[in-house]
Amino acid sequence: MEHFFGFAFPGIPYGCSYAIVAVSLVLTYQATGVFNFAFGAQAFASAFVFTLLTQNHGWSGFAAFLVSVVVMGPAVGFAFDRLLFRHIPNSNGTAKLVCSLSLLVGIPSLLPVIFGQQKLDATATIFPFFNPNVVYFTLIGTPINGIYLSTFSVTAVVLVALTALLRYTNLGLQMRGAVESRRLVQLDGVNANGVVALAWVVSSFMAGLAGVLLAPVFGAFTADNFAALTVTAIAAAVCALMRSLPIAAGVAVLIGVATTTLQGYLSPNSIIYSAVVPALPFLVIVGALLFLPGMRALESSRDPLATIDPPPPPTAAGARAPKMDRIVRTSWWVLLAVFFASMLTWIPVTWESVFNYGMALSTVLLSVTLITGMAGQLSLCQGTFAGISAFTAAQMANHLGLNMLLGGLFGAALAAVVAVVLALLSLRLRGLGLALMTLAAALLFDSTFFSAVSITAGVEGVSLQSKWLGTSAFFNFDGHALFLLGISVLAVCVFVVLLVRKGTVGRNLAAMRGSETAVAGLGINLSRQRIMVFALSGAIAGLGGVLVTIQQQLASPSDWNYQYSLVFVVLVVTTSVSTVEGAIQAGIGFAVIQQLLTYIPSRFGGPSLTIVLFAFGALTYAAHPEGVLEYQKRRSTLYFEKLFFRQNEGKPSDVSTTGAHG
Amino acid sequence: MGSAAVLLSLENVSKAFGGIVAVQDVSFTVDTGESVGLVGPNGAGKTTLFNCVCGQLRQDAGAITFGGRSLAGLPTFKRARLGIGRTYQKVEVFTDMTVRDHLMVAERARRGEGRLWKDLLNMSAPTSSEVRQVEATLELVGITHLAEVSVNSLGLGLCRLVELARALAAEPKILLADEPSSGLDLHETAEVAAVLRTVQRERGTAVLLVEHDLTMVSDVVDRTVVMDLGKVLADGPFTEVMANPTVRQAYLGQVGTA
Repeated sequence: MEHFFGFAFPGIPYGCSYAIVAVSLVLTYQATGVFNFAFGAQAFASAFVFTLLTQNHGWSGFAAFLVSVVVMGPAVGFAFDRLLFRHIPNSNGTAKLVCSLSLLVGIPSLLPVIFGQQKLDATATIFPFFNPNVVYFTLIGTPINGIYLSTFSVTAVVLVALTALLRYTNLGLQMRGAVESRRLVQLDGVNANGVVALAWVVSSFMAGLAGVLLAPVFGAFTADNFAALTVTAIAAAVCALMRSLPIAAGVAVLIGVATTTLQGYLSPNSIIYSAVVPALPFLVIVGALLFLPGMRALESSRDPLATIDPPPPPTAAGARAPKMDRIVRTSWWVLLAVFFASMLTWIPVTWESVFNYGMALSTVLLSVTLITGMAGQLSLCQGTFAGISAFTAAQMANHLGLNMLLGGLFGAALAAVVAVVLALLSLRLRGLGLALMTLAAALLFDSTFFSAVSITAGVEGVSLQSKWLGTSAFFNFDGHALFLLGISVLAVCVFVVLLVRKGTVGRNLAAMRGSETAVAGLGINLSRQRIMVFALSGAIAGLGGVLVTIQQQLASPSDWNYQYSLVFVVLVVTTSVSTVEGAIQAGIGFAVIQQLLTYIPSRFGGPSLTIVLFAFGALTYAAHPEGVLEYQKRRSTLYFEKLFFRQNEGKPSDVSTTGAHG
Repeated sequence: MGSAAVLLSLENVSKAFGGIVAVQDVSFTVDTGESVGLVGPNGAGKTTLFNCVCGQLRQDAGAITFGGRSLAGLPTFKRARLGIGRTYQKVEVFTDMTVRDHLMVAERARRGEGRLWKDLLNMSAPTSSEVRQVEATLELVGITHLAEVSVNSLGLGLCRLVELARALAAEPKILLADEPSSGLDLHETAEVAAVLRTVQRERGTAVLLVEHDLTMVSDVVDRTVVMDLGKVLADGPFTEVMANPTVRQAYLGQVGTA
């Protein structure tokens, strides 16, 4: 028994850290209606600034705490609300998710851009009452030091304070009302914007506090640690149905304890130790999503005043006058011809490689267009599908000597099968539930499939010998050949997506975005439609993954981890999630910007800056759900129409922008 | 009417939400081509009953059969394929889609289309018979002029007509119309009533109408079922059940002659 407690007790500080974040996540959701994926990133930012000030600039802990937590945390939260979330209608759950994902991706990438690359460690601590290095007493044979006492006491205080705020104060009541509809609560005389802003300030302060308090618990100071912390906290918050603070805290502590207990009893060489223990939080998320019916209803709350929102704007193509449409279409074909000829003639090898990578990436991103833009399902594991395919093809090439092109087809098929399994598991989930399920799947694959050295060859990845990329008898892979391969695969995938969009399945998917209830009432099998579109998007992502691998001659797990899945969504949302050209512009744009940034000093962040640009571009999703690039295209189209064609040619936009429901 | 086959049959159907009994031992039938009104005060359990028939809710007890076939265990889409069409109390339209596309979705669903391989082989273009069917339904409901308009720009009344047209495009054997006149003005209500009468008489579609506008109910239905607090109070011709003192007590809150 003493063994058991000896294994279980060390999990309590971890569990308490998870608990602080979990209850803060629940608070944010209860008070603002936003599932704040960026919570871990906010915590990391505060901890980063705190550690930077104390270690590198010699500030005292108290002064650094004031700046990084008391000032910076609430200021960031206030800015989130004032500049971003306030402008998203309560009923638009997808926009809230996309914006919080953009912040999750953007904030850690922004820090090196602002502060430059810093070498920090997590030794700084501000534990106020207990010294982490002092053992205060022994409990059932386990020495209890300051870390135990600090995390436990802080968790208890946070839990009691937040529960009291939400349940027993007028402010908490107003927060819960404002979550349903800011506009409705305002009609009752409540300053709803102020109430929600305060909720953001409090929750962001909590994020900062959690970051600074928990940094010493991790030992190493990396954004990944904070992301892992958030994932475990998400598991606890989901088990509490995003509602109960005590349950969230309890489950979080249980996960911490279960993890260390399992680690204590299992042999470090066993498969369960290496595969199941790291995956425990994701398994908890999957279990909660599958077996807690309340999670399916999370997205069901709707703003009663949603009908006064204006209708979504038409796409640029839909808003163009026929004559303008002909000109634009002709221009695109001319541009494509010029691009094609240039790639095969004068473009330097470096830029040829950039465009080839961009086209391969565009193929992966096309899968996001299909699943999110057309089917309205927010999938956060498209990078995982691409990775599954890439490693399958790479292993078949290395072990069986199979050509990557043939192996890529097998890989894409396997990715489609995995996508179907995931679709079957998440048939009843929508919105946030589906996003969490796909994120859990991505994390699960990261900690198992992509971590298995036998599959991915560790962090170095599977290097492909050029002979497996093709033989002279099949295909000689130089830059031109890669271009022809890339553009052919991309063209086929674009064609497939366009055919699906204009076909019956595409029409059914569009209808499902409007009302799943009505679609089922017409005799359409929703499950089948979802499974089909998941399978197709998995296969397309898989093909894209193989193209990227061929292009880089390397299949690396770091190219396909969950963060890239998030980045892919952010990229497509920034340009246009509802059009195929949005995916192509995002893929090629990402590759081109990344290349251009190599010409500026690394002091400005280098590759991080590309992600920052797209992540903060995606924040415009709140104002322009059609994509900021699509918005600009529509504006410029209307401008040129006004300039060149003064006569109105009966544009479709005249009809579809007149107002919502009378 | 007496010799017509029973199309929809409900036997002792009950449904409770926690401790609240929404529907209790409800039994009645709807014959092929018959038009039946289902009326009662708010909270009587009418929409819950519709949801049980459509499969959006599963009843706790009792049996529902359609065309002699038990609906037990059938999901919503399979019930719809059997010929159960529906409109909704809270209007359910496909945002961003045109009126014509609404009907095309329903038309394709009626034909059981939706194979991915057909889309990939570019074999999903609307056929001439589909186009004719959609045009006919648009004309029946009187919204041909709105065919290319996105529903985003339509008011509530027109959205209700679109919803009705979409349900009719699937050529149901029975149409469950849930408060189709809600939010409509007198003229629009009369139009909806006329459409319901037409589909019943010309297409032989049975209609089960939930409605608070008793004038519309009396215009459309052959028979009326009155519910209150989850139970059936009366079942018979409209004038007869409305004269029933129990119904007047429960539904109108008074006893005596009108």
